[in-house]
Amino acid sequence: MSWTVIQQSLPIFEKAFWLTLKLSCYGIIGASLLGLFASFIRYFQIPVAKQLVNIYIELSRNTPLLIQLFFIYYAFPEIGLKIPAQTSGIIGLVFLGGSYMAEAFSGGLDGVPKVQIESGKAIGLSNLQLARYVIFPQGLALSVPAIAANVIFLIKETSIFTVIAIPGLTNTALDQIGMYYHTDESLFVLVIGYAIILIPLSLILTWLERRARYGTFGH
Amino acid sequence: MAHSGINILFEGRNLTRLLGGLWISAKIAFIAIVLGILLGIILGMLRTLKNPLLRVILRLYLEFFRIVPTVVLLFLFYYILPQNFHINLNAEVVATLVFTLWVAAEMSDIVRSGLISVPRHQVDAGKAIGLTTPQLYRYVLLPQSIQLMIPATINLTTRVIKTTSLLLLISVMDVINVGQQIIEANNQHYQNGAFWIYGFIFILYFILCYPLSVWARHIERKEKLRNNG
Repeated sequence: MSWTVIQQSLPIFEKAFWLTLKLSCYGIIGASLLGLFASFIRYFQIPVAKQLVNIYIELSRNTPLLIQLFFIYYAFPEIGLKIPAQTSGIIGLVFLGGSYMAEAFSGGLDGVPKVQIESGKAIGLSNLQLARYVIFPQGLALSVPAIAANVIFLIKETSIFTVIAIPGLTNTALDQIGMYYHTDESLFVLVIGYAIILIPLSLILTWLERRARYGTFGH
Repeated sequence: MAHSGINILFEGRNLTRLLGGLWISAKIAFIAIVLGILLGIILGMLRTLKNPLLRVILRLYLEFFRIVPTVVLLFLFYYILPQNFHINLNAEVVATLVFTLWVAAEMSDIVRSGLISVPRHQVDAGKAIGLTTPQLYRYVLLPQSIQLMIPATINLTTRVIKTTSLLLLISVMDVINVGQQIIEANNQHYQNGAFWIYGFIFILYFILCYPLSVWARHIERKEKLRNNG
């Protein structure tokens, strides 16, 4: 392991780091919105849409991201839909993450105690008020731990982006290994790169979980 | 058009080759799951002990395998074992090793959280009637926690199956790698090769994972009903 090699390759890795972070952010935000939308459809039992959401969730959860990406990036152009690599990556991440987020939100909404809903009805809240003031605030707080786990999971999944040649952290490391045989150095920077994102994030999320749990008990 | 794209699946030995690739993925997943679960149960039980050093080491082991993405783990073992330790394993063995260690790490957490969820007074009561430690596990701890561990273990299994898709990255001849070869070889005759082959592999993975997911959910629901009733 040579520090000069690491220093020399740092600028390239820095670019890759920001790209990985950017794509993760887009993917996570997109997945959360899709998941929230899907969980509302499930919660309000909207006919037809509910079945579509269930089919989507099963397809997305029971297939690997790698094959989803291959399908988006290599198979879609054959039916006339050409999507650039980075956009394909974000779409793949949103497609995968949307179902995990939907399950997280649904789990939270289902976890709101029956007595809360009945009390809301007893004091004469309308369905909309019940959702706005009773179910969603508590449900969202309950789903925080599952969402936090999903955020970490989705960031780790960005390492698969290398298969469609998105120059993120993994792809850059593989490039460095392929071109200069800097195996140890590149893998070291790769692990550190992900650690820099994931360790502080997991600490923040743990803190947030504690705050959210505090919120659920009505303090 | 002379032929429809779906025929690419039945051209020559393509279908047998794809299923052969799937067999390699399945074999690696199966060995890793069995060994990983056994190792994970032992590690999980060790993690409930009071020894602080053991706890820190096992916790670090778990966090390492949780934080580092599986792709990176595969590369770490694939490149570093031969280069720095002069251990030359073929890619399939490396993959099995990485998956086993990963499953063991995740499993240790499932087992630990299952065991500590058993109320403290159950253990105290067991000790009070003079059960030995193995008896305590056999008659008190395991029967009460295993229902909690099973769904999580099945979900872990589906994750392992899905993660076998990464084997291609360390050039194991898995189902996706074979698929790529078929697409390239038939590029001239089948313009839609990627669509059908990747579509087929997508469905294969779904067929493997979906029943497991349904099973896990079924057990979870049954457990919930039992607790509420």
